[in-house]
Amino acid sequence: MQMATDSLEKKVLGVLEEVHDPEINTVSIIDLGMVEEVNVQDYVVNIKILPTFLGCPALELIKENIKKAVISIDEVKEVNVEFINHPPWTSDRISEKGRMGLKAFGIAPPPRLMDSDGSWHVDCPFCGSTYVTMDNIFGPTACRSILYCKSCKNPFEAMKPISTLM
Amino acid sequence: MTELNLAANSENKDAVVSLLFQLADDDFLYSFKGSEWLGLAPHIEEDVASSSISQDSMGHAAMYYQLLEELGLGSADSLAHLRPAKERKNSILVERPNGEGYYMEVPKYDWAYAVVRNYFYTAAKKIKIESLKNSSYQPLAEVAVKVNIELYYHLLHWKTWFVQLLSSTDEAKQRMQAAIAQVMKDFGDVFSLGTDGKKIVELGLIEEERTLVQRWQEQMKAVFESLNLEIPEIPAVPEANGRNFEHTKDLETAIATLSEVYRIDTAASW
Repeated sequence: MQMATDSLEKKVLGVLEEVHDPEINTVSIIDLGMVEEVNVQDYVVNIKILPTFLGCPALELIKENIKKAVISIDEVKEVNVEFINHPPWTSDRISEKGRMGLKAFGIAPPPRLMDSDGSWHVDCPFCGSTYVTMDNIFGPTACRSILYCKSCKNPFEAMKPISTLM
Repeated sequence: MTELNLAANSENKDAVVSLLFQLADDDFLYSFKGSEWLGLAPHIEEDVASSSISQDSMGHAAMYYQLLEELGLGSADSLAHLRPAKERKNSILVERPNGEGYYMEVPKYDWAYAVVRNYFYTAAKKIKIESLKNSSYQPLAEVAVKVNIELYYHLLHWKTWFVQLLSSTDEAKQRMQAAIAQVMKDFGDVFSLGTDGKKIVELGLIEEERTLVQRWQEQMKAVFESLNLEIPEIPAVPEANGRNFEHTKDLETAIATLSEVYRIDTAASW
């Protein structure tokens, strides 16, 4: 039974790799570090998800997509998805694969380290140049900022750094 | 930290509910007023920024209403939309209109007022959130950690506008000074915890009003001194105390507008 549970958990994690951010189809919710817990008991799957931003309108959509993906596994009888606030989601939860996926979409991954004065810098996701300017710390979605690359003359977006040190 | 027992003590629960309504109604009205600026901000980047802040803040209000729903007070949506003005606990500061005129016709909104209100409100919210991170009510403490992270960007944004406009032309300075006076007139109930305040503090849900006010003043002092401005006084007795359901006509108008669509069909799924 334990082995069956373990392998089902693996299957669940496998399908969650295919649940993407509704607006960024190159990164999954696993890559983004949003999946805090997957619990399988008697073919009932309970999943705990960390919201990135509290006002993010994509959350309900993500929840539905998770349910659809997991219930498609034959053995699964029931799926419950819960949003939890603890621990808080922070941008350092994004995996290396997630960072590559963001770049592939034209979004610079969040800076890993902030300087002691709170400043941070990102490179252009297209040409890698550091010669970029910030147009707007706020962007088209809560989690992104708008920047401009002076080298390749492309506007681009960057994931905001989000840390509990703020 | 000892776990706060709400089930065994209805007085404890009342205090938690009272504080949650204060926080929820504040952010709900604040973000509604912010959303009325959509398309009207001074330039397009500001439109993106301030509507993003409004969206975040609506998310914060939704979290507090959610906590109330979990305590059995009714659905978060109906708590936000259907409660009349006389049951609201928001500060009167956030119920004031953005300026003259109706946003569907000819809004003559005042950007100086928006900047000052948003900056002072956000600075006050930051002080409260820092205290709520140590709240004895664990679900609230957890939400506060999330809100605090997002608030970092809001505060930075409004502070930048505030300092820039007060370092600008004479006209800008005059308008900002007038806005400061107008905002401070309504600041008397921002830190008030209302008639439930004693119990709220006793339970360790948040620190007392006096402590929070002092921190706000200390924080504002540095900014005001750098601009050679007098530090504004918070009125000792508020004109009306929203925490005790005292409101202006403006709140009724705001609620009627923001809930208009929701009331058409409260069972609709969005």
